[in-house]
Parts: sequence; structure tokens; C-alpha cells
Amino acid sequence: MAANLDQIFILLRDWLVGFLPAALRPATGVVLGVIAIVCVFPGLFALTTVFERKGLGRIQNRIGPNRVGPFGLFQPVADGIKSLTKEDVVPLSANAAVHFLAPLVLVVAVFMEFAVLPIGRNMVLVDMDAGLLFFFAMGAATELSVFMAGWSSRNKYSLLGAMRAVAQMISYEVVLLLSSVAVVMISGSLSLPKIVAAQDQFTNGFPHWYIFTPWGLAGFLIYAIAATAETNRSPFDLPEGESELVAGYHTEYSGFKFALFFLGEYLAMFSISGLGTTLFLGGWSAPFSFLTWVPSWIWFFGKVMLSIFVFIWLRGTLPRLRQDQLMNFAWKFVLPFTLLNLMVTALWRFMGEGWQRWVVCTVILVAAYVVMGRLEMRREHFGPRSYRYAE
Amino acid sequence: MSPIFYLLAALTLAGGLATVLLKHLVHAALAVTIAFAGLALLFLQLDAQFAGFAQILVYIGAVAILIVFAILLTHGADLPKEGVFSKTWLVGLIIAAGVFAVLGWAVLASVSAVPQQNTMPAVTVHDIGNALVGRYVLPLEIVALLLTAATIGAVIVAMHEKERPR
Amino acid sequence: MTAVTPLAGYLLVAALLFAIGLAGALVRRNAIMVLIGIELMLNAANLNLIAFWRFGPHPEALTGMMFAIFSIAVAAAEAAVGLGLVIAIYRHTNAAELDKIDRMKG
Repeated sequence: MAANLDQIFILLRDWLVGFLPAALRPATGVVLGVIAIVCVFPGLFALTTVFERKGLGRIQNRIGPNRVGPFGLFQPVADGIKSLTKEDVVPLSANAAVHFLAPLVLVVAVFMEFAVLPIGRNMVLVDMDAGLLFFFAMGAATELSVFMAGWSSRNKYSLLGAMRAVAQMISYEVVLLLSSVAVVMISGSLSLPKIVAAQDQFTNGFPHWYIFTPWGLAGFLIYAIAATAETNRSPFDLPEGESELVAGYHTEYSGFKFALFFLGEYLAMFSISGLGTTLFLGGWSAPFSFLTWVPSWIWFFGKVMLSIFVFIWLRGTLPRLRQDQLMNFAWKFVLPFTLLNLMVTALWRFMGEGWQRWVVCTVILVAAYVVMGRLEMRREHFGPRSYRYAE
Repeated sequence: MSPIFYLLAALTLAGGLATVLLKHLVHAALAVTIAFAGLALLFLQLDAQFAGFAQILVYIGAVAILIVFAILLTHGADLPKEGVFSKTWLVGLIIAAGVFAVLGWAVLASVSAVPQQNTMPAVTVHDIGNALVGRYVLPLEIVALLLTAATIGAVIVAMHEKERPR
Repeated sequence: MTAVTPLAGYLLVAALLFAIGLAGALVRRNAIMVLIGIELMLNAANLNLIAFWRFGPHPEALTGMMFAIFSIAVAAAEAAVGLGLVIAIYRHTNAAELDKIDRMKG
């Protein structure tokens, strides 16, 4: 029964496909998978918008949306109708074709990322040999769409926002990639289902997730920082810092196109949380061996929603960084630390089983963190803030 | 020759042609992205998954972004008054056409002599990794050195010059 | 043209793309466009390498594929340095058009 529940979507797909002649079956199976992804994640997006507004409200001692439906749950429906019926304004001097294409490129590229994510046991649309590379290749395409949006609007705020966003995304993509390489070094595969399968083992009831190793914990923290920057979420939301740049690269977008950008941003958040879950948090595997009867997809979505909650929590808690702080942080602290983490991972791989590698790897990482942190801090002067021009 | 090949070839060549012909530099940069993407899809069509994704990651994710950054930094977004094509454009066109004629003739004349096998090569990422650190480890090291040198060189070249008294 | 084999098809596309890139590098005035033309030519060469790897006698040796991957890496480095040079020249002479950069003195 538990196994059937675990595979319920696969069984459902096979049952539906069974009505068709054998020649059409594989193609239809893929189409059904695509339809499922295209339906489930936007639905999750709608739920998350309510969740985010409610959560932010709670953090800021407000109630949040509570008018539409029970507890404001139908708020996204109202928002969707509003954005669909709004006038689609294209600035007179804008480059109409590029302006039109930018949100489409973003949404299509982000949707492609879900094709290689293993959502549950056997539940992956394309089990690609180079799945991780595919994921990052599609992520790279989103940067271009951000530039297209900012440049084609012919608005200085849009252009500034886009330049900030692209510079930030390029800087943190290096870090994102290198922190994932550590996982590839240990699991020996770029295929995401295989990476999850490598973590789906238990000793004494505890799982073999990569986050429970020194390099995995460091890698996961780096990955989380880079993912926050990559999705332009607070505290790295300079590209759309309302107080400085109106709304960044989507200042000149309205109506449905703006809704597409909004959707693309949240989908990018889901996909990057999904990848982090897959790489470090064991993907669809259960956290304890006595919980393996719970369907695998519940674990995956639970972990993704937990990461989303952390995103929202960060947004409600941390102030925004400055552009130079952001760049310095990426290139002078995170990137060297990631490179060191790669070396520690190699050490871990070659030291063999035993408690020694735990001690050695932990000591190296903690020492490096302390030393690099001290070196960085030495140049900063913390104290009462002084204003050069305002006083 | 499948219809997909013709479609991808047309996409790639259209992207390339648009790159050369479009007057606006940013448009040209976006068109060259289409050509890069078409080429990546052609690589996938040739069962070279790894090279195709690497192409997307490097060219669309890095080179195209670099190009648009350079265009905006050099005020390339405004059209020059003298036109975008050089005075000797006819000569350039003739040379390019000549090169294509020679290459096309060489391909058509010699391709029947090359043995051709159509079985799909079973190459996994694992094999590529093994080859990279096994048989091709020296080129890999040299590329690593080159990339380091290029990074440092690009930073030094593009670094702000100190204000010199004139 | 019915006798065109798959290999010849890919090689012809690559040749045409190479010619387009060459034309772009020779015809345009802007230095960045020349660099883009060179990138197109490099890409066309990559397509040749991959096509020969795929249809050649020993695909398991991975020679063509490796060559293409290294070529992609080198092209990225070339683009970075080339664009850095263009920006430096632009700062110095206030022009990115190649026919305006005709002095050997700074």
C-alpha cells in the first residue's frame, strides 16, 4: 500500500497511457509529465504568494491578506484576475520585440529546469546523464532575459536594475556551480536521480545526507547564500530595490507580462530550492529510516517548502546589502571559501572511512572561516555610522 | 537528413546572418545568442550532450553577457553617424564568399571518401570525466593555466588607469 | 542535393556559418562586432569537430569532443581578454570603431 502511494503518480500516468496504442505511449507519458509540472508548480506559486504575505505580515506584526476567501487563501485568484485584465503598457520608445520576448524567455528557461529535478522516487521527467549541467545551462539563460527586459525598456532605472542583476547573478553563479561540484566529486555523477540514490541510505536510522558532513554543511550554507542572490531575494534584492530603482528591470512591465516575471521569479526559487534539496538534503529520501513509508514526493515538497519558508524568513529579517558589499562578499569571501571547500571535499574522499577525516575536515573549515572572517573584518570599521554628506 | 536538422541549421544560420546585418549592436548581440543556441541544439542532435550544455553555459551564460556589457560600456548602443559597415565592405564580402566556395567545394568533393558510421556513440559523462583527467590531463592543465592568465590579463587590461597629468 | 550525407550536411552548415562569421569580422566597423564574428567562426569550427567525432571511425576515443570542449574554454578566455582590450581602447581613444584607431602613438 505504501509503495503504491509512493508511486501513485507513476501508476496514474501508466494507467492513462495504457488507453493509447503502443506507438504513442512514450511520447504521451512525457507530455503528461510536462503537463503535471506546468500545473503543479504555478499552483504552488499561487499558494506561496499567500504564504509569503501572511508570513511577512506575521513577522511585521500585521495580519496580512484576509479578505478574499477563508484566511485570504483566494487572494492569488484575485491577483491573477487583476493582472490579466490590466492594460498592457509598452513604453513608446521601448524596443517592442525584445520587450515582449524577455518574460517569455525567462519563464520558458525556468520551466525547463524542472525537467531534470527528481520530485520523487522514479519521478523525474528526463533522467539525463548530464542533468546538473543542464540545470545550470538553463539557469544561465535567465540572465540574458533579465538583461533583455532591462535594456529594451529604455528606462534608466530598468537598465541600472538589469546591470546590477546580471552582475550579481554572474558572480554568484560561479559560487553556486562550485558548491555543487563538491557533491559531484563525492557522488561521482552529474545525474540528479543518482545523486539522490547515493544519499538514500541509513546507518543507525540516520540518513546519509550530504549536509551531515563538514564539507556538505559548508557547501550547503554557501549554496543557500548563492541561491538567495541568484534569485534576487532579500537581502540580495538590490536589482529591484524599491527605494532606489523603482522596481528594477521590470519597472516598465505591467499586466500579464509583469505576472510572467513574478511567476518566473518564484519558479526560479522553487527550482533552486529543489536543486539544493536534491544535492544536500537527500532529495526525496526520508529523514529517518522509520519514516520511509511516507511517500517520497511528500518529503521532496516538504523540504522545498521549508526552504521557501527560510527565504521568506530572511526577507522579513535582514536589511538589504549595498552593491559593493555584495560584490566584495562574493569574490573575496565566498569564492575562496568555496574553492577551499572543494579541496576539503577531495581530502574527505581520499582519507577513507573513520573519525579522523571528520576532525581534520572540520578543523580546516572552521579555521579558514575564522581566519578569513578576521581578515575581512579588519578593514571594516564598525561603530556609530558616520554620514559624509548629510551632516 | 531529418527535418529537425534543417530547422536547426536554418535557425543557426538565420541567427548568424542577423548578427552580421543588424545595425544595432545590442540586437546583433541578441541575434548571436540565437546562433549560439542553435549550435548547442545541433550538438545535442549529434549526441554530444556534454558539449551542447557546455556551449549553452559558456556562450549564452557568459560570452553573450560579456558582449552586452562591453557594448554598454563603450556606448555601442548609439548608432555611429558614419554607418556600421566599413568602407571596404565589398572586399570583405568577396573574401567571405570565396572562402565559403572553397570550403563547400572541399566538403562536397571529399566527403564521399571519408568512411562514415551511423551508430550512436555510447559516451557517458563518466567517460568524458575519465578522459579529461586521464588521456587529456595535460591539455586540461594548460587550459587551466590559460584561463587563469586570461582572467588576470583581462582584469589588468580593463582596470582603471591612474589619472596621468597631461 | 539528395546525395548529401549527414556528415556533409553538418560540414556545409559549419562552412556557411564560418563564412558568415568571416564576413561579419571583415565588414563591420565596430571592434565588438569583429569579436562576435570571430566567435561565430570558432563555433563553426566546433561544429566541424563534433560532426567528425560523431560520424568518424572512433567516437569512443572522444578526440573531437574533447577538442570542442577545450575550444569552448579557450574561446571564453579569448572573449574576456578581447572585450577587456576593447574597453581599454575605448577609454583611451573614446572610439570602438576600428578605422578610427589608426595611430600607433598613445
